[in-house]
Amino acid sequence: MSTLDLSKFQSRGVETCFHGRHIRPQIYAGLDGRNWRLKDYEARGGYQALRKVLSAAGGMTPEAVIAEVKGSGLRGRGGAGFPTGLKWSFMPKGSHIQKYMVCNSDEGEPGTCKDRDILAYNPHIVIEGMIIAAYAVGATVGYNYIHGEIFEIYDRFEEALEEARAAGYLGQKILGADLNFELHAFHGFGAYICGEETGLLESIEGKKGQPRYKPPFPASYGLYGKPTTINNTETFAAVPWIISHGGQAYLECGKPNNGGTKIFSMVGDVQLPGNYEVPMGTPFATLLQLAGGVNGGRKLKAVIPGGSSSPVLPATLMMDCTMDYDSIAKAGSMLGSGAVIVMDETRCMVKSLLRLAYFYTHESCGQCTPCREGTGWLWRLVNRIEHGQGRAEDLDLLDNVAENIMGRTICALGDAAAMPVRGMLKHYRDEFVHHVEHKSCVVPVYV
Amino acid sequence: MTFSEATRARFAREVAKFPADQKQSAVMACLAIVQQEHGWISAEAEEGVAAYLGMAPIAVREVTTFYNMYNQRPVGKWKLNVCTNLPCQLRDGQQALEHLCRKLGVEDGGTTADGLFTVQKCECLGACADAPVMLVNDRQMVSIMSKDRIDDLVETLQRQAK
Repeated sequence: MSTLDLSKFQSRGVETCFHGRHIRPQIYAGLDGRNWRLKDYEARGGYQALRKVLSAAGGMTPEAVIAEVKGSGLRGRGGAGFPTGLKWSFMPKGSHIQKYMVCNSDEGEPGTCKDRDILAYNPHIVIEGMIIAAYAVGATVGYNYIHGEIFEIYDRFEEALEEARAAGYLGQKILGADLNFELHAFHGFGAYICGEETGLLESIEGKKGQPRYKPPFPASYGLYGKPTTINNTETFAAVPWIISHGGQAYLECGKPNNGGTKIFSMVGDVQLPGNYEVPMGTPFATLLQLAGGVNGGRKLKAVIPGGSSSPVLPATLMMDCTMDYDSIAKAGSMLGSGAVIVMDETRCMVKSLLRLAYFYTHESCGQCTPCREGTGWLWRLVNRIEHGQGRAEDLDLLDNVAENIMGRTICALGDAAAMPVRGMLKHYRDEFVHHVEHKSCVVPVYV
Repeated sequence: MTFSEATRARFAREVAKFPADQKQSAVMACLAIVQQEHGWISAEAEEGVAAYLGMAPIAVREVTTFYNMYNQRPVGKWKLNVCTNLPCQLRDGQQALEHLCRKLGVEDGGTTADGLFTVQKCECLGACADAPVMLVNDRQMVSIMSKDRIDDLVETLQRQAK
């Protein structure tokens, strides 16, 4: 196998994770890049939440675990923001059927790199969260689907699993309790669509990652047709803290309906790109300050606040937002995966949208006609506008194509491709018009 | 294609993760192992994996062609994928790709005449805060790849190939 040493080129996490600029972190707390192993995690208080749940003297029932998570206000960190406790409660009760627990670590939403740092530097927090979740819903087998592009982290997760098995946290009769749970690592190999939960399940089944119709939802028909709960990496990572400190404490460190901390990937035109874990409801202005402000002291132009699929917001709107599901939604976008793509005053919105449009047409799985054909159409339209061949009617056509993709596909990729287009046209239509009329850009240089 | 004992042991380790009647679930891992050992996925390799897992060869082909990272034809000794998606583009990802292509004298997607390097632009690697980012032979990621660091990486890989 490869003995190639590329360590000097590799990320050490100092810039993205151990920079000390988090606010009251829970998941990233106390990490330094070397202390990812089981003994380090235990020294930080790891696996105490699981011990509390399984304690022979007054542990928690599965129903009590779900109630605690419901009370915490934890909402799915992968992008949809669905209440986690509620999702768990959809699983059928009883132990007579096989149930699965799946972690979605297929982190490919452009801008997002938070789960990578959780898995690289604190893998056991995800394992512990999954075991507790498995206990709550009665799942006995689990898989963590890891983005194929972070293969070294997949290998590390395999190591962490070995440690957990050896210590009796995974397997039969976990910690002597009546709990059996086997957990395995699974890797993708380059398909954005597998971040969609049913595409991910198809992929685990060894097929093309083409999403399924919903309903039925995975809680009734999931992996191998069995009831399955799927949550994002960061969601599972939040669970041990909630169990240890109580759902109420978690809720209180965020804001109502938006409990807990959230990791934001600050990327693009910021001075200090990286992941920042802060309480939900932290003002965007504070987050931007943590990331050192706009790169080169330039002016903020726009922000894509929740990964590439969320509609862009102009600086004026964004500076008034707090970083939580409700505030960003009110401003007309979505918190999504928590990837905050910052753009400074030199950025051309046509060129920016062009790259995203290419991405969506490249990654459309081809299953639904509106998405398969529509994403390519959007890309060709933006491409000709960018290259000075746009026509006056193209802007309405862009709107029209985007509108006809939205809500007409099996999965959310269609919407994800259409929303950035509509956001750009809503706030920066004049730039597109300028491109069409003058065959040039309103901003001087965008290299 | 028949696989060595060592390769079959690696396959078996993957198959063991899944229910006995769901061996097909290991297809992605098996194909990634084949690619690591042979550099690409030939039709013969697909047939070999299909036979090992009890799948139809076409079902394996569907997987090879659906996922971006499987090489459907031979590539250079080092395959370098450069992310140019928007967050990387804002931090010189496109320039990184162009610099690398210029340095190696290849177009995007091309392989150098000596067979050492293949350069491909790619979609989000999930490491946006480390932009520009690149992937070396699917399994090793390199970060904050300024022009100097790209030059250094190319020289490192050239030395390794000797």
